[in-house]
Amino acid sequence: MSTGNAMVTVLAFVLALVIGGVLIAAVDPDVTKAAGYFFSRPGDLLSAAWSAVASAYAALFRGAVFDYQADTFALAIRPLTETMTTATPLIIASLGVAVAFRAGLFNIGAQGQVILGAIVSGYIGFTYHLPAGVAVLLALLGGIAGGALWGGIAGVLKARTGAHEVIVTIMLNYVATNLLAWLLTTKAFIGTNGEPKSITVLPHAQLPLLFGSQFRVTWGFVIAILASVAVWWLMSRSRLGFQLRAVGSNPAASRTAGISVQRMTIYVMLISGALAGLAGAVQLLGTSKYITDGIAGTIGFDAITVALLGRSKPLGIFFAGLLYGGLSAGGRFMEVVTGTPIDIVLVLQALVVLFVAAPALVRTIFRIPAPSGELKGAAA
Amino acid sequence: MSTVVEKPAPTPAPVPAPAAQSVSVRPSLRIPIILGVLALVALAVFGFGAKSGVDSTFGLSLRADAVQLSPLVVASRPTAIVLGVLCVAIAAFAFWQAVKHRRTPAWLLAVFGVLWVFAFLVWAVAGKATSLVDLLQGSLLLAVPLAFGAFGGVLCERAGVVNIAIEGQLLVGAFAAAVVASVTGNVYAGLLAAPVAGWLLGLLLALFTVKYAVNQIIVGVVLNVLAVGLTSFLFSAVLKPNAATLNTPPLMKPIGIPLLEKIPLLGPVLFDQTVIVYAMYVAVVVLTVLLFRTRWGLRVRAVGEHPEAADTVGIDVNRTRWRNVLAGSATAGFGGAFLTIGYVGQFGQEMSGGRGYIALAAMILGRWTPIGSLGAALLFGFATKLASALSVLGTPVPSQFMLMLPYVLTIFAVAGFVGRVRAPAASGVPYLKG
Repeated sequence: MSTGNAMVTVLAFVLALVIGGVLIAAVDPDVTKAAGYFFSRPGDLLSAAWSAVASAYAALFRGAVFDYQADTFALAIRPLTETMTTATPLIIASLGVAVAFRAGLFNIGAQGQVILGAIVSGYIGFTYHLPAGVAVLLALLGGIAGGALWGGIAGVLKARTGAHEVIVTIMLNYVATNLLAWLLTTKAFIGTNGEPKSITVLPHAQLPLLFGSQFRVTWGFVIAILASVAVWWLMSRSRLGFQLRAVGSNPAASRTAGISVQRMTIYVMLISGALAGLAGAVQLLGTSKYITDGIAGTIGFDAITVALLGRSKPLGIFFAGLLYGGLSAGGRFMEVVTGTPIDIVLVLQALVVLFVAAPALVRTIFRIPAPSGELKGAAA
Repeated sequence: MSTVVEKPAPTPAPVPAPAAQSVSVRPSLRIPIILGVLALVALAVFGFGAKSGVDSTFGLSLRADAVQLSPLVVASRPTAIVLGVLCVAIAAFAFWQAVKHRRTPAWLLAVFGVLWVFAFLVWAVAGKATSLVDLLQGSLLLAVPLAFGAFGGVLCERAGVVNIAIEGQLLVGAFAAAVVASVTGNVYAGLLAAPVAGWLLGLLLALFTVKYAVNQIIVGVVLNVLAVGLTSFLFSAVLKPNAATLNTPPLMKPIGIPLLEKIPLLGPVLFDQTVIVYAMYVAVVVLTVLLFRTRWGLRVRAVGEHPEAADTVGIDVNRTRWRNVLAGSATAGFGGAFLTIGYVGQFGQEMSGGRGYIALAAMILGRWTPIGSLGAALLFGFATKLASALSVLGTPVPSQFMLMLPYVLTIFAVAGFVGRVRAPAASGVPYLKG
């Protein structure tokens, strides 16, 4: 089963890269020119297409992992640290999404929870002058609380009234976006700034850098590793995790066994939201330092796809998060170097997840026989 | 199988039996209490809170209109107080009806809503002026993509497939309409291209959800990412460098309907619009009749409520789902055309801006019916338009809170505070024969 899954994931990635390559080649000016005289010299089209795709993907690699054309080792390794920086909040937030998945809930609201986490941790971080250590800890806890509150609303409503968590969390995303937009007009948040940009987080509340001032990686990355381990322990080793998974795989049986499905629903959304909130706090205290309306970027939405790609397992998510971080960091580099729009990365990400979610389709394309007894479309 | 999504269906088990009984014996006071609280807000905040000695001015005509009406000028404080008192009276009547175990008629609730909104407007515009026609017209136009998106959602969900990909369908529709209209120089060619683009995205949605039985919400979310990625990529790589030939579509021109457009106030708002708006009027009627008055509609709803039963009587469940997903996706794509050739013109990156998700909310608030979806879409359009109008005027409520309103309302609706909403029972569950 697991080797089959790994192969499907690899093949899904190959398929996505191939389709992405076709797109890159299709819009390349040299390729279009060569296509004009395709029937006289078909080789030109192929070589033009190959060079367009190869240079784009080479730039993607150089921007994501290792820039082999850089002058110093520090510069060459810098892309990898950028990947780690981008991946940090993604990993934490998608751990939250995954906890919900495993318990049978779909938390689309990570985006809103990330925003709330950033709001609360930011407010603590730039308002209270506290000693080193205490400040950053309190700000992180504030972020956790903010995210948990936002996730908890959806959990309580689901448990008490049966309101579908997908709808409630989508709506809460927009409420959070507008709440942030409003806060960024208040004096408490923007101080004397004339633009919608919050006060900068006080130095004591910022996450320290991990590898010195050359790289942007902060202790947030360590927090991401710790969070992965914690979620692994919670889901695989703890009593609560067992109950959560039981509810996820069969609510009716769990109820019969004496597990309160309603209470578990609330717990799950609290934990899920708390992790997303922590992601927001880490992004703010480590990387951004001040809040703007784009503080959450697309972390919350990417977290969903990362969780799917990592099959909701902490280790899988850790690597899926790094992969996504790499694609984003590499995409930015590629856009500068070869002019290929970064949006191709979104296409790649979407395609990978689609193919991973439908192993049957990948098997059909590559004509691999289905392993016996595998369920069709088991995505999460 | 579908471990990811738990059913939103009401679960009777956890509710203790005595409580359930007492609810049915005691009069349900939920609606009167909500009305009462709202009415008191109207009277206390809008009525007595309004500035005294100033007027609220509402323009009733646009400058281009044939029939010019003089603006409506009312004294802010007395008017708001009168409206507030009327709201309180309706709430009291609803309370009395509830005690007598009678339901408050729906039209009365609508009247309450209109009065309440007017009380709010009079309060918010006190000492200033705003154009009522502009407000209504803006609301209608903002509602168009939402309504088509919601119709698309209704078509899919009634057959048992959750369509989270409305956002992506609006986006590819907008993109295709802009490009085709630019290349051909003909807006109607663009209008035809939009549903085709939506249909193509629907093809993927149906392939993965119906054929491969992948979780429908996952596929929807991912297709939205794909749509954003594809359109943004093509926009940056192709449209931007060739904006003159590929991204300067002609705009649809409003076509006045003879006679009807001459009606004061409502004429210019409703009957001097583009073809897409008229298509929306037609669609709501056609869809309602099709879904609730034809054999086809009955079959579709059977597939959405109880696919096993539908299968037993010989309905091909998955074929029905394929067709409906394609039709629904095309409908949403058609609505996307409005974003470009019906309103703005040029295509812009991620220009759907979350409208697909609001359309989803409109569908739910409209209880999975075309008419309800249209009503909810209009309400959302009104809230958005009001927010922008008020932010220009600089009124007491921050515009961000106005913009939150549709979302908060939807949360209340799915949580059962504003009547109970119930999705088609099999919505979100793949049907595997066997």
